[in-house]
Amino acid sequence: MSLIDLANPTRFLALTARVLPWLSAATVILLAIGLYQSALAPDDYQQGATVKIMFIHVPNAWLSMFVWGVMSIASLGTLVWRHPLADVAAKAAAPIGASFTFLALLTGSLWGRPMWGTYWEWDARLTSVLILFLMYLGLMALWRAVDDPSRAARAAAVLTLVGAINLPIIKFSVDWWNTLHQPASVMRMGGSTLDKSFLVPLLLMAIAFTLLFVTLHLAAMRNEILRRRVRSLQMMQASRVAFSSGPREDGASKEVGAT
Amino acid sequence: MMSLGPYASFIVTSYAAVALVVAILIGWIVLDYRNQTERLRELDRSGVTRRSGRSAADAS
Repeated sequence: MSLIDLANPTRFLALTARVLPWLSAATVILLAIGLYQSALAPDDYQQGATVKIMFIHVPNAWLSMFVWGVMSIASLGTLVWRHPLADVAAKAAAPIGASFTFLALLTGSLWGRPMWGTYWEWDARLTSVLILFLMYLGLMALWRAVDDPSRAARAAAVLTLVGAINLPIIKFSVDWWNTLHQPASVMRMGGSTLDKSFLVPLLLMAIAFTLLFVTLHLAAMRNEILRRRVRSLQMMQASRVAFSSGPREDGASKEVGAT
Repeated sequence: MMSLGPYASFIVTSYAAVALVVAILIGWIVLDYRNQTERLRELDRSGVTRRSGRSAADAS
């Protein structure tokens, strides 16, 4: 099945019905393995047992940016290629991305209190991620504010692409500014600085959370397609009612015009 | 028994928050799916069909 075939919502629904059970099972298994490996990981010589927070904080932080990246590609699909499922993908991803960003901020804050002595610091990394979270909320508000999905899609696509400027700012904030947040230790030139005992559970949890996102995203896209189908059928139903009661309205307008 | 040291409450709260938010996300998506399929079935029962002639509730 090619990408062109998936442009057909009915084919996409058939595909999701087939793959969602397998994706859900794979996500549960990988999450279980990842959590088990996280529990077995030794304490860090500086952080102690709080290093376990990293196994959920880092995947959520990565996904907060990854989801916006997915939405940016989908926005290009809306504006450039006019792919019929592109705005469905972008709209469905926003609440999931907002949740991951919220969790990244919350778990980071819960790690910061014992390690930094504060829940929050207005440094470049924390502030730029907070801005990302607010952008997710703004985007969701925009989708809700505009009734027509195609009009909302174009406005949301432009906002998403403008917001994508924040992604490199978040990534390189720890290099460009003097921040309390530590620099990159996994995705960096010269390889990871993490010991294998921490890197393995971290990568397992990252893959598990990515699978979780793919599963939730496909399910949310399926819901959005069904929502649009409901909307178009309700509009069809309303136009039939209006058509069947049309002559009476004409008569009423003539009466008004006569007075 | 795994020992979480003096900061156990921070670690447990972090994992509980992630579990709660993910559970809310899954619950919301499942309920939304049920809601949309039920609305499609209602439209189908009231005789509104898709232009393709397929049942409104036919998701495949």
